[in-house]
Amino acid sequence: MHQKTLSELAAALADGSLGSVELTEHYLARIAAHDGELNSFITVTQESALQAARAADAARAAGRAGPLTGLPIAHKDIFCTEGLRTSCGSRMLDNFVSPYDAHVVSALKSAGTVMLGKTNMDEFAMGSSNETSFYGAVKNPWNATRVPGGSSGGSAAAVAARLAPAATGTDTGGSIRQPAALTGITGLKPTYGRVSRYGMIAFASSLDQGGPMAQSAEDCALLLGAMAGFDARDSTSLQREVPDYRAALNDSLDGLRIGLPKEYFGEGLDDAIASAVTSAVAELEKLGASVVEISLPNQGLAVPVYYVVAPAEASANLSRFDGVRFGHRCDDPADLEDLYKRSRGEGFGAEVKRRIMVGTYALSAGYYDAYYLKAQQARQLISRDFSEAFEQVDLIAGPATPSTAFGIGEKTDDPVAMYLNDLYTIAANLAGLPGISLPCGSSAGLPIGLQLVGRHFDEARLLNVAHRYQQVSDWHRRMPAAFQ
Amino acid sequence: MSLQDDQVRSIAHLARLAIADEDVPGYAESLSSILALVEQLDALDTAGVEPMAHPLHATQRLREDVVSEENLREQYQACAPAVEDGLYLVPRVIE
Repeated sequence: MHQKTLSELAAALADGSLGSVELTEHYLARIAAHDGELNSFITVTQESALQAARAADAARAAGRAGPLTGLPIAHKDIFCTEGLRTSCGSRMLDNFVSPYDAHVVSALKSAGTVMLGKTNMDEFAMGSSNETSFYGAVKNPWNATRVPGGSSGGSAAAVAARLAPAATGTDTGGSIRQPAALTGITGLKPTYGRVSRYGMIAFASSLDQGGPMAQSAEDCALLLGAMAGFDARDSTSLQREVPDYRAALNDSLDGLRIGLPKEYFGEGLDDAIASAVTSAVAELEKLGASVVEISLPNQGLAVPVYYVVAPAEASANLSRFDGVRFGHRCDDPADLEDLYKRSRGEGFGAEVKRRIMVGTYALSAGYYDAYYLKAQQARQLISRDFSEAFEQVDLIAGPATPSTAFGIGEKTDDPVAMYLNDLYTIAANLAGLPGISLPCGSSAGLPIGLQLVGRHFDEARLLNVAHRYQQVSDWHRRMPAAFQ
Repeated sequence: MSLQDDQVRSIAHLARLAIADEDVPGYAESLSSILALVEQLDALDTAGVEPMAHPLHATQRLREDVVSEENLREQYQACAPAVEDGLYLVPRVIE
């Protein structure tokens, strides 16, 4: 049952060969049996999942089922879920029971999905390895000594081990695409403004986007259709019609122009990854696409720009965690300042504190122009590189990560070494562009991801190209033997 | 830019973060290495380049200045550490 993709499960539910209760019980049993090894879930919602599954089966019997009715999924613990702990991977929110549902949660609930639980993540989405979580590291199902990537490491590991057929994630600098690449699944970061951020705990407000993580592009298309759309409750939500992502999946690739940035293939990239990506692009050529070399001259600035902009925005967003209205409060505060400082000092882990301090420094009087303003100007240049490239090509292809999954503990002492894991993914967030990572190879038993970046609001095209590739390859169908 | 311990303490104060004395040098080191990464931007010529605040150049959407939300104070205060008569309790601020 768990070898089936979300789309295949949807078909089985539709033709009556499977019921939602049976399916949900199956995944809950898998979580109980296997998640001890992975630590991919923070909260498992057994009772409410079964209740939702029963309701889904009843809706189907009454002729009221939609394409997502009865499908079990997991939500990254960054999405507020009414009446349920929403921890954001942090001690700060370990006691936080959300009074409301995030848009992504309510949209997928209305569509009839069944929530299995909340997945583990790097604390406040700050990390590339899921090692900063208050709830402990998540293991990569392909090799338990390796990281699954981050910050959506729990969602990635759960889907890769088929403890859930699909999950939601968020991506600020690569947090959907990088863990998808390291665990061999398909993950999409939509265009900035495509998916409402209402109820999605904010890290960096000009960069954050929620998106689907699943076994295939077809699965992601199914989920994105329910997640995307204008929401007045998110002031950055953009008014754009939501296309039928599934209808476009089988479009021809004739005439598609793909660009390969020369800056992506320099030193620092694993040979095995360069080779797998090149082979995957060759497959796309066979399917009708043409490939040209392009240049993104300011690509080298992406990581430095991000590590000013994201921490600056985070320092503002995380100032709401003050021990006053919700979340962790220290014991016996002596005065208000002590309340703030100790609640925050105790509630936040080291990486979060580091980033808050970098951001505070970059925004402080005397440093704002040199750091934040400068970074925003560099951001403009990075964005312009993409606009210019998209005059010559329709899609940009390349690796999702510089290496396959690294060892747990290998990069935790050196923040900058950790940050460089996002070097291929960050620029798309800075420019607000949609990006997808899909599996295209393997090296020493560890998955390799191909990344495709498209024009604003061109998710349909990304999903189409990924789907066509997945029709002539089977990397996306592989799963680690230990979890079969 | 290499940060000294006293600068770390200043920044931690601005951010209202309690940092143990023995942890200050560690943060000074890691913050310094992050700032070294970021200083690659210094060499960049950005004369005449507009700073980009929003990736799609959008501006803040406005709405009519009329009440549109329900008052759900009780529901939202259910998760508060300390409330009384609808107010959040904190240590005395005004003598």
